[in-house]
Amino acid sequence: MEYLVVLAQCHETFRQAELQALATLHGIDLEIIAYNEWTPHCIVRLKDDTAARALISRSILAKDILELWGQGATYEELHADVHRRTQHRWADYRHVAYSLSVDCFSGKRSTAKKREIFESFTYLQLKGPVRLKNPDEQFRVAEEYVTDVEACAIKTKKSSEPRRIYLGRWIAKGSRDVVDTHNLKKRKYISTTSMDAELSLVTANMALAAPGKVFYDPFVGAGSFLVAASHFGALTMGSDIDPRAFRGKEHERQNGIAMMQNFQQYNLTSKFLDAFTSDLTNTPLRETAFLDGIICDPPYGVREGLRVLGTRDGNPIPPVIIDGVLAHYREGFIPPKRPYGFEALQRDVLDFAVRTLVPHGRLAMWMPTASDEAVEFPVPMHPNLEVVSVCVQPFSNWSRRLMIYRRLPEGQTSDVTLGRIKADGEGVSADDLNAFRVKYNTRNILRAEQEKATQNKGDTPEHE
Amino acid sequence: MKVITANFVTCAVKECKTSPLSFPLHFHDAELELQELDFQPEFIRNVVPRIDWDSLRVTANELGFPSLPESKPEGEALGDEQTLKDLHRLLLETQVMEGKLSEGNKSTLTSRRSLLHFVLLYLVHILQAPSAEAPTKTPPMPSTTVYDA
Repeated sequence: MEYLVVLAQCHETFRQAELQALATLHGIDLEIIAYNEWTPHCIVRLKDDTAARALISRSILAKDILELWGQGATYEELHADVHRRTQHRWADYRHVAYSLSVDCFSGKRSTAKKREIFESFTYLQLKGPVRLKNPDEQFRVAEEYVTDVEACAIKTKKSSEPRRIYLGRWIAKGSRDVVDTHNLKKRKYISTTSMDAELSLVTANMALAAPGKVFYDPFVGAGSFLVAASHFGALTMGSDIDPRAFRGKEHERQNGIAMMQNFQQYNLTSKFLDAFTSDLTNTPLRETAFLDGIICDPPYGVREGLRVLGTRDGNPIPPVIIDGVLAHYREGFIPPKRPYGFEALQRDVLDFAVRTLVPHGRLAMWMPTASDEAVEFPVPMHPNLEVVSVCVQPFSNWSRRLMIYRRLPEGQTSDVTLGRIKADGEGVSADDLNAFRVKYNTRNILRAEQEKATQNKGDTPEHE
Repeated sequence: MKVITANFVTCAVKECKTSPLSFPLHFHDAELELQELDFQPEFIRNVVPRIDWDSLRVTANELGFPSLPESKPEGEALGDEQTLKDLHRLLLETQVMEGKLSEGNKSTLTSRRSLLHFVLLYLVHILQAPSAEAPTKTPPMPSTTVYDA
């Protein structure tokens, strides 16, 4: 059967990937028949209403799912399609209490026009009472107009009439409400680099967080990924090289570490395992497959440094004894750290995932890219990991990507010839090792120069 | 630190990881706290096959729990609710709040309130033994400095 998924018109590249991940999670056969990045309407084929309900129940980027009763570019086409698809089923709905609404995407209809639209469907012969609150069945006419964004970006012609019209019978809604309850503005403990609630939840969905699973974030920070994965039922643990991120300041840790406040706020205390101080390149975790998912947003080296344990020059430091105890065994000891390569870190994450994920376990990793790399973007790859999806969140002159990998069972390997084989620069300072940081920091200077250049061009009269 | 976490962590020093002494880490003077949590049988069933059972028995013993069966519960045994509840209590509800951790019988390190400072184990390594990759022009290591705090 065909269903109409009404998506949120945001994070476009994540929408299909999330639906596909949820289908995998629930073991549902999903076929996407029509999808367009400029519109919220997506048509999918599913077995039945039960599958539709399951698919949408956890979705963050899908608002509703409706059984598709018809579609068309004009009302004539729509009515013809409704006749063709559902004429034999009208009798089943003859006496239900129902509601009928018109939902316009990027357009408007007057009340009089809406009434006219309602009346054009009298052939459905719905004789039951109209009930706007808690109806037995909700029918929805979804009109889709061309948005300004699309008209501007790909020069689609705008029109006062809808481009596409759908009629659907409402089945279920998604989990978009959670975005609001998890909103960072209402969250008790956050940091400057907390991932926003919506994308954290989408990441957890795409990594297939679910009850009974173990999830780990090696760059936990204030723990935004942990609460997202725990929201979907996974038991989570995290670590960070800088414990101050999850531990919080003195006044923030009344009951244990500050990050726990978030688990308490969302009533997820039972889903929290542990948080500990460690460095991914020298991880204390055992080399055994025990994780169902790894979700992380490794430091970009812009707002927070990209550091691992060690000394900048690689020389050992002589042991120091304070008060008869070795300094590094005393409370409050801060270990020396050194800047680390951006590419090296990503490779380390992949290697770590291969060692610790169970077969079919997933790694979700965020990664920033400067705009000049955006056209052809080679994804870091590993022979034991399959790239499931790559989604982009664009910003004005940089973007970040979410890459989802699946741990292949032993004996299977993926093709890595198209993988990213970039290496870090030589040297020991943060700028030497992190090309992205340099590009990010110089972007404003470059832009100013470009603007100046174009301005000068315009100002100077042309001489022959 | 929960008992389940203790079963997944070892010494952080790469060179030590291969040594049988590096796992499990041993608790000393452990101060335990019991935190009641929702019983999640699904999780226990999923995670028990990934547990190193011999090490869990060592840890349980060190923390003063009644001894665990010699072999890991598998298959039907994981359907028994009492077994799952006991494991839930040990793995998830028991937390070591304060105490010391040691690797084999060598070094002892203190662990802060519910936080692990495994980084320190690594430090013992970089602080005391010049790594193989360190440039050869390294000046001779100065003798240990002693401060009075």
